Amino acid sequence: MKKIFPVAALILTALYLFSTLRTPKNPAEFDVVGFSKLPVLLNGRLKPLDTVARSSLLQLQGRQTVEKPDGTKLQPIEWLLDVSFHSERADTYQTFELTHPELLALFNLTIADGQGKKRFSYKQLSGKFGELDRQAKLARQVENAARSTFQSAVVQLYGNLIHYQRLRHSLVAPGRGDFLGDLLRLQENAEKWRVAVTAKLNKQPHDEAAAAAAMELGEHFADMGNISGPYLVVPPPPGGDPNDWKPVGGILLETFRSGRVDSTALAYAGFARTWRNGEPKRFNELLVLYRADLAKRFPERLSKSDTETRFNAAQPFYTSAVLYGLAFFLAFVSWLAWPDALQRSAFWITGLAWLLATGGILTRMWLEGRPPVTNLYSSALFVGWGAVMLCLILEAVYKNAIASVAAGAIGCATLIIAHHLSLSGDTLEMMQAVLDTNFWLATHVVIVTAGYSATFLAGFLAIIYLLRGLLSTTLDKQTADSLGRMTYGILCFATLFSFVGTVLGGIWADQSWGRFWGWDPKENGALMIVIWNALILHARWGGLVKTRGIMVLAIGGNIITAWSWFGTNMLGVGLHSYGSQSAVAYWLFVFVGSQLALIGLGLIPLDKWRSFRSGSGKAATPLAADSAKAAR
Amino acid sequence: MNSPLRSARDVLVSLKLTVILLALGLILVFAATLDQVNLGIWGIQEKWFRTFVVFQPMGGSGTSVPIFPGGYSIGGLLLFNLIAAHIYRFKFTWKKAGIQLTHLGVILLLVGELLSGLWQEDYTMQITEGETKSHSESQHFNELAIIDTTNPEFDEVVAIPEEIVAGREPIQHPKLPFRIVVKDYFPNSDLGMRDAATAKPAQATAGIGLSVQASAAPLTYKQNERNMPAASIELVGANGPIGTWLVSTSFGPHSRAPFLQAPQTLTHEGRTYRLALRWTRSYKPFSFRLIKVTHDVYPGTDTPKNFSSRLELKTPDGRDDREVLIYMNNPLRYGGYTFYQHQMDSAQGLTGLQAVKNPSWLIPYIACSLMTLGLLGQFGIHLLGFIRKRTGPKAP
Repeated sequence: MKKIFPVAALILTALYLFSTLRTPKNPAEFDVVGFSKLPVLLNGRLKPLDTVARSSLLQLQGRQTVEKPDGTKLQPIEWLLDVSFHSERADTYQTFELTHPELLALFNLTIADGQGKKRFSYKQLSGKFGELDRQAKLARQVENAARSTFQSAVVQLYGNLIHYQRLRHSLVAPGRGDFLGDLLRLQENAEKWRVAVTAKLNKQPHDEAAAAAAMELGEHFADMGNISGPYLVVPPPPGGDPNDWKPVGGILLETFRSGRVDSTALAYAGFARTWRNGEPKRFNELLVLYRADLAKRFPERLSKSDTETRFNAAQPFYTSAVLYGLAFFLAFVSWLAWPDALQRSAFWITGLAWLLATGGILTRMWLEGRPPVTNLYSSALFVGWGAVMLCLILEAVYKNAIASVAAGAIGCATLIIAHHLSLSGDTLEMMQAVLDTNFWLATHVVIVTAGYSATFLAGFLAIIYLLRGLLSTTLDKQTADSLGRMTYGILCFATLFSFVGTVLGGIWADQSWGRFWGWDPKENGALMIVIWNALILHARWGGLVKTRGIMVLAIGGNIITAWSWFGTNMLGVGLHSYGSQSAVAYWLFVFVGSQLALIGLGLIPLDKWRSFRSGSGKAATPLAADSAKAAR
Repeated sequence: MNSPLRSARDVLVSLKLTVILLALGLILVFAATLDQVNLGIWGIQEKWFRTFVVFQPMGGSGTSVPIFPGGYSIGGLLLFNLIAAHIYRFKFTWKKAGIQLTHLGVILLLVGELLSGLWQEDYTMQITEGETKSHSESQHFNELAIIDTTNPEFDEVVAIPEEIVAGREPIQHPKLPFRIVVKDYFPNSDLGMRDAATAKPAQATAGIGLSVQASAAPLTYKQNERNMPAASIELVGANGPIGTWLVSTSFGPHSRAPFLQAPQTLTHEGRTYRLALRWTRSYKPFSFRLIKVTHDVYPGTDTPKNFSSRLELKTPDGRDDREVLIYMNNPLRYGGYTFYQHQMDSAQGLTGLQAVKNPSWLIPYIACSLMTLGLLGQFGIHLLGFIRKRTGPKAP
């Protein structure tokens, strides 16, 4: 049993893991998966429509699933199809998160009207757009930082509604029952209509009906051109500038000059008609034709786009987070019962979760063509990844489940943080000009982030030492010694990486801005981590602190790292203030508070700790003597 | 050695002092970071780091009280502690070589930071397309310039730093046939049109000051603003006062209002002078002509991808006459200066280059190499020892 259990755990986990990597299936006859892979240009990069749908949903409601009023679930791409082609239906889906009570009151809504008490439909909100518009104008006059929570909520909801409107106008003209019919009529009469409109504009005799039809359609195109976005749909013509993608509305307006309706616009109008009329067979046929045309022109882009869709559907970081959680649980239980089997199971599961996260990070790097850390979101992924890697090494050496507990906790926590950071939209974004250098992103940013990983890990090992020693009798001499050595080793590692990373940042600054050090908040944050780690090491070498003191100081490292990671961005000054968010402030305070509480606990003298209390069964006398010294 | 001296020495070389200084340094950096919200990046450097004692102005009363040791004190003591400890305890062993190398790096880094604080010249150079410039301008410092333009071949410039003007003492310069008396000085100023009916009679007897008046404005520390000082300057020759002018960094060709753009000139004893309070200039023995600015964005977005400036670099002796390209993360190093792409307004065809001279720029590189090597060596030795210990007992 002892041997079978870890193997079984490994196999089951691996099976679960592979099950998440299967190709996504179509929920019905429509090949929506195929549709979701179609590439468009969004925020400077070609992405599949799937990414548009998912990042839009995250932005609007903080989650990717949509529930129809009848309770059935929709895939993100099905939602986008309805928004684009069947907006009457999409308007009833409750996809706008709205929680501010005063804002709800403005719409005459209560939380009982919302799905999950917080999500409302476009239709539910539509009665009060005029008032929202007025409030948004008022709120915009106030500087971002000075806005009340009501004003922030107004601005956010307003932005989300605009985003929704833009999505509706991106592929076909909303509100035209049969847009394909419109385009086909245009194709047939292009020359006639052009002549009529030109004559009308020149105040010459003309065919009034033709001119009116042309101008009515033209207005719809202009609307699409103005409102569409955030993505561009029409690929450049063969031989054109590969980045010169255009919006559908803009390309359709050109029809009046060229006399030829663009084939991409026609294809999407065809998707719209077949989707609205429920004709999956024709939808799928059209998709095959359109994809074949794209494949001829952009084979490489198409394969990237396919990979990204697979990646989105697999949600490797979600799976990883679940597995880390499981590993944490198993490793924790192993201290109480079944030490060998559970310890080994936890180790293997952590390993699998880490491999999956590695795959996820590598895929992101390939998609973006960038080193792993490019924004706050990816830094969260990487901090977790680095810490877990160190844990795997520690666990392979010590085999006492301590590093697995730390790995589970940090891995899971950082992925949850990453999830919350992803709510602002697409996480594979373009780099601002200053940051557009793969060399420094690969060196400075990666190494500094590895420094965060190590400092956090040291802090978490210290928490384990503290809680086990204080609250249980399981911290025997051997365990306490290994924890001490593990923490010290990780602290050395943290010092090295945060120092080298900070210095490389200085060199980048010298190369790019002409000063080695500028006292920018993020630079200062990194410096504080270096100083703190140096302080711990010097205090130890000087004999000022013993194990308990190092542990307390290491927990302090958590506070400083959290400040450097998130706090410095909130000041809104300097070159690094790229990730300011007010919700972060709350959690930062909570985290800092919890760490201060732990430090407070750590100050309780050792002889009051359960593991070191005299007569507490397992506690070893030599350590008790040592700890009495340390407590002085 | 008697015992008080010995105990003083023990404190100075102790690790305890190191730890205390590191803790103080940490607090200093943290507090200075927070204070950036009020003072900006430039302001906090003066208040917290380039000083021995940090003074905090107390609400309204205008007095400042010392609240914390400044960067010079903490950095200096740390340097002293470090050097003293190493001299006192120094004994070369391979085991300690890594630590010693690291600390040598720290010493160099601290010294380098001090030197670049003292020596670094960090100015900007704004050029519009087609314009030729051979000077850069400070973002923080100003000067009162009196330019003798009599000779059409060249200008002779006497530049007086703003601090001296602010001191309000009469200024006498050997190259000038008159004294400068500062009648009024505002470190930051607002300008307004002089209303002849209500205002006090103008101090100025000539120039812009006849129609414009300056008043004191609160100092600004915002990152995208700068203080615009103004002063009333009276020139006094051998035979008594020549006249009084209002000068301000708000005047000059960069000004929005046309009547503030005209140079203020005077003629005295047959020579013509121009008067200006301007951003402190640093002249270079070469010139740039801006050929073209380029501002690239990512396709379909407004996110900037790159800024670049194509310039023509020329020296008066004709040894250099070529085109250069400066763009993000790719500065030009020339003549002891480094020019970085800093700002851009492509609609106006305007580029802003940062022109930095820092003779000690190499020190951090050397320091960092030493420290990295030292740390790698030290922790490497640790790690090897640890692995040997772990694997040792298992050997038969």
